[in-house]
Amino acid sequence: MSGERFTFTVDGVRVEAEPGQTVIEACDAAGIYIPRLCHHPELPPVGHCRVCTCIIDGRPTSACVMPAAKGMVVENDTPALTAERRTLIEMLFAEGNHFCQFCEASGDCELQALGYLFGMVAPAFPHLWPKRPVDASHPDIYIDHNRCILCSRCVRASRTLDGKAVFGFEGRGIDMHLAVAGGHLDESAIAAADKAVEMCPVGCIVVKRTGYRTPYGRRRYDAAPIGSDITAKRLGAKD
Amino acid sequence: MAKPKLATCALAGCFGCHMSFLDIDERLVELIDLVDLDVSPLDDKKSFTGMVDVGLVEGGCADERHVKVLREFRERSRILVAVGACAISGGVPALRNLAGLDECLRVAYLDGPTVEGGGVIPNDPELPLLLDKVYPVQEFVKIDHFLPGCPPSAETIWAALKALLTGADLNLPYPLFKYE
Amino acid sequence: MLPSEPPAADLPPSPTGGAGAGIAEVVADAVAVAGGARTRLMDIVQAAQQRLGHLSEETMGAIAERLGIPPVEVADMVSFYAFLNRTPKGRYHIRLSRSPVSLLKGAGEVAAAFRQVLGIAMGETSADGDFTLEWTNDIGMADQEPSALINGTVLTQLAPGDAATIVGRLRAHHAPNALPLFPGTGVAGSGLPHAQIRPSLVAPGAVLFREEPPLPGAGIRAALALEPDDVVRQISAARLRGRGGAGFPTGLKWKLCRQSPAEGRYVICNADEGEPGTFKDRVLLSEMPHLMFDGMTIAGYALGAREGVVYLRGEYAYLWDSLHKALRARYAQGLAGKDILGRAGFDFDIRIQLGAGAYICGEESALVESLEGKRGSPRDRPPFPTIRGHLQQPTAVDNVETFACAARILEDGPEAFARLGTAESTGTKLLSVSGDCPRPGVYEVPFGLTVNALLDLVGAPEAAFVQMGGPSGQCVAPKDYGRRIAFEDLPTGGSVMVFAPGRDVLAVVREFADFFAGESCGWCTPCRVGTTLLKDELDKLLSDRATLADIRALEGLAQTIARTSRCGLGQTAPNPILSTMRNLPEAYEARLRPDPFLPWVSLNEALKPAIAIQGREPVPEDQA
Ligand SMILES: Cc1cc2nc3c(=O)[nH]c(=O)nc-3n(C[C@H](O)[C@H](O)[C@H](O)COP(=O)(O)O)c2cc1C
Ligand code: SF4
Ligand code: SF4
Ligand code: SF4
Ligand code: SF4
Ligand code: FES
Repeated sequence: MSGERFTFTVDGVRVEAEPGQTVIEACDAAGIYIPRLCHHPELPPVGHCRVCTCIIDGRPTSACVMPAAKGMVVENDTPALTAERRTLIEMLFAEGNHFCQFCEASGDCELQALGYLFGMVAPAFPHLWPKRPVDASHPDIYIDHNRCILCSRCVRASRTLDGKAVFGFEGRGIDMHLAVAGGHLDESAIAAADKAVEMCPVGCIVVKRTGYRTPYGRRRYDAAPIGSDITAKRLGAKD
Repeated sequence: MAKPKLATCALAGCFGCHMSFLDIDERLVELIDLVDLDVSPLDDKKSFTGMVDVGLVEGGCADERHVKVLREFRERSRILVAVGACAISGGVPALRNLAGLDECLRVAYLDGPTVEGGGVIPNDPELPLLLDKVYPVQEFVKIDHFLPGCPPSAETIWAALKALLTGADLNLPYPLFKYE
Repeated sequence: MLPSEPPAADLPPSPTGGAGAGIAEVVADAVAVAGGARTRLMDIVQAAQQRLGHLSEETMGAIAERLGIPPVEVADMVSFYAFLNRTPKGRYHIRLSRSPVSLLKGAGEVAAAFRQVLGIAMGETSADGDFTLEWTNDIGMADQEPSALINGTVLTQLAPGDAATIVGRLRAHHAPNALPLFPGTGVAGSGLPHAQIRPSLVAPGAVLFREEPPLPGAGIRAALALEPDDVVRQISAARLRGRGGAGFPTGLKWKLCRQSPAEGRYVICNADEGEPGTFKDRVLLSEMPHLMFDGMTIAGYALGAREGVVYLRGEYAYLWDSLHKALRARYAQGLAGKDILGRAGFDFDIRIQLGAGAYICGEESALVESLEGKRGSPRDRPPFPTIRGHLQQPTAVDNVETFACAARILEDGPEAFARLGTAESTGTKLLSVSGDCPRPGVYEVPFGLTVNALLDLVGAPEAAFVQMGGPSGQCVAPKDYGRRIAFEDLPTGGSVMVFAPGRDVLAVVREFADFFAGESCGWCTPCRVGTTLLKDELDKLLSDRATLADIRALEGLAQTIARTSRCGLGQTAPNPILSTMRNLPEAYEARLRPDPFLPWVSLNEALKPAIAIQGREPVPEDQA
């Protein structure tokens, strides 16, 4: 990226950025973790989940889509934002049907890990208990729509990285749901090695016969909270 | 000074949370120094004689009896704790919420693959009526604390009990905070 | 050159509602008329639905194949819009307009009458496949409710007794496309009772609705005497602010758009008018279309744009023919097309894009997405449409009334305009007044009018509360009737709903909550999930089960949705709750229960299905 590097502040800490970077990208590079769900560094940002909401120059703004700018003042780690982010996570838990106790993604799931990070015990509102299907038609992959958080990572990855367009959305509002080309996985062009499969942040798209392999205690978020890898960069740099 | 009283109950759960409670092993001895066990399936005491200090609820509400027991626990407990995923969000029994009561009963008793020769839906007056859904306990009574997990580990339960009984803050360390 | 005709207009009316024409043929025609452009998917699916009745998987697949796009993209788009059918619907699709105003005028009773006559529930299709009965959100006839759309035809001032007559006439009428859903086949409503729209203008004013008829092209002539930059300066000098609700300075928007380097620029007129309670754009579109077209053309000149689009809400499909007639006249008079008014090189074409039932498509970036044939989800900003809008080019999206004002500013000069109104809100404003008042309709008033003065004008000085700016605006209580209608005090895009004493404000709030939940595009978590949760929490309140803690939770949830939502819809969806909590707290206090805790459901309620299935009552001591 050409152009002059510049700085802005996040919770009072100076962060360097280069033109073209979003706030979240600059913070990732600087070892400051902004919680996120739908964002993935390899995909174009789209702003679904709003978990990355920060106060930027006084206004609530989603950090994954906001271009960084010189002199910006960003609030990220504040009790008020944590409370708001927790509410968003609670909404996602209430919206879908999440049974962590038998989910293949438990321990590796980003939604669950954010629940832990924000100390969510139980959603403050009743579960919606939607009726959603499970599609196990494909020999190697299944989709449990009960766990989908509509983050569109699979939609974007299938198009931009796999070149396939296996996924899309249908409907609007609370009825919006993930759709599979051809109606069923086995009629789509998906393969277990697709990026679309790998990038699902929850246990919605699962490769068959791979579940529960990693023992309890050694999964991604068992020992350290989500985001530790990012903050480690900064803490490491200080040593 | 009298020891604080502890009561426990199991609603729509698998008793796994109680098993996990028993898994505190030798610390049970320590616990007995700390509390007197009141109403609980562990000592088979069936009715309250007064208030208790801490009530632990395992399981959500699936039928009218669960709601009745839960309300009694709320009335009798100074601090009421929802223990485990079933109590907090319905847990595995709440899988039936994805189908609806009608369909569940029909498939289980009338035309499911395991029903032989025209079944009937059990309807003995002794049987509590089922609720339309399995509810988390906080949808029926006020809950003071939640212990997530399925079950919460023995460490979790022990840490929580000690905190509650000694009046300390209930802050679970990261590795103990689990939904599974 | 003529503006591109609507695809459907070029198709022969199908005598059988489509069963005669094969899918492949219909799709081939529709795609060909749209020039094979993926960005014209809206026109393509509308044309296909017009002939086939609905858009089956097979039809959508054929469209995707013809356009060379993934099938999921077509399904994504089609499933988004309320007026696009993926499953067969009745030949006559009756959509009753639903809003707090229509309900207080008796829409509920009209709905009951239709249900009874047809023997179906709301949302159902009759067994013979002739009728589908549904609610739809406010169709822009708030001053003449109860109203309905039957296919593309508008019916107003309905009474329960009309249901039988209407259904009877439609049954007797066998030509399937007698009432086209989308315009083009040119047959008007078959002599249905109430298939007319009462003129809505009550009070003309100093800028838009004047005594003398407008002179098409007057503003363009004045503009052509100036350099494009100076045209923008005139708009800025008049201090015109957008009439669509947000009040952004129009001169600045045009300047930003003009400054953006680009291959092409676009001028888009926002005629989506989806805010419940407004209908002033409809009145402009039907009575002053030339003023709006003039304004767009002036913008075209000022910005260096060659193309303008009017995005017309699907509910206003009935205006299609009259707008096209006006456009054709403009082409004939040299007010559109090539070398406008003889100015060599000043070319500006205007086409009309019909929407398909989605409030969010009034949001400018969602509108642009829809215009490109996609689901109407807003875009992230920055970049703003003035930098990257339609087809990634700089685009000025302005409201119908804004363009009409722009034309007048060029005609009369900026001073005359800026003399009217207040310091920060110059000119006049069209207000659409509805509800409990004897003289509903459109009022052109100078900015700065107090609510009190307005209520006197409309004959409702005793109003108990006024919803200003539609559901996304705010609820004003009598203590604030001294406030002024202006961007710096009480802003409004034009909707003014008046409610008499005795109306339940929380029932109105609940209606609005339903509106937002139904219109949320679904893109972002807080709005998609939160608008539904707000409904649930309001239900708890309305069923007298809310404690102080519940009301606090409701307020907290509302604030989180307002703060974290991605676009204006989610950011304003909690307004009905937050503004009534602020301005009419007594409504909440009256519902509040003193208990420290009350469950979401009563045990009795939760036991109902089991009681029905098991045929016995719960143990008596368990009464909730
Ligand atoms: C949910 C939503 C719906 C909107 N609907 C309309 C509408 O129907 N008509 C309109 O002119 N502006 C509407 N707007 C405002 C537009 O986004 C935009 O600000 C406006 O078209 C700009 O034109 P103006 O500056 O002339 O007002 C809406 C905004 C939001 C957030
Ligand atoms: S997807 Fe994540 S949150 Fe959902 S059930 Fe699985 S582990 Fe739990
Ligand atoms: S399937 Fe996974 S990646 Fe795709 S939208 Fe759902 S949660 Fe996101
Ligand atoms: S939470 Fe888990 S262990 Fe506890 S009762 Fe429920 S299923 Fe059993
Ligand atoms: S706020 Fe609502 S309408 Fe706007 S992007 Fe989010 S979901 Fe869509
Ligand atoms: S990570 Fe930014 S909105 Fe999801």
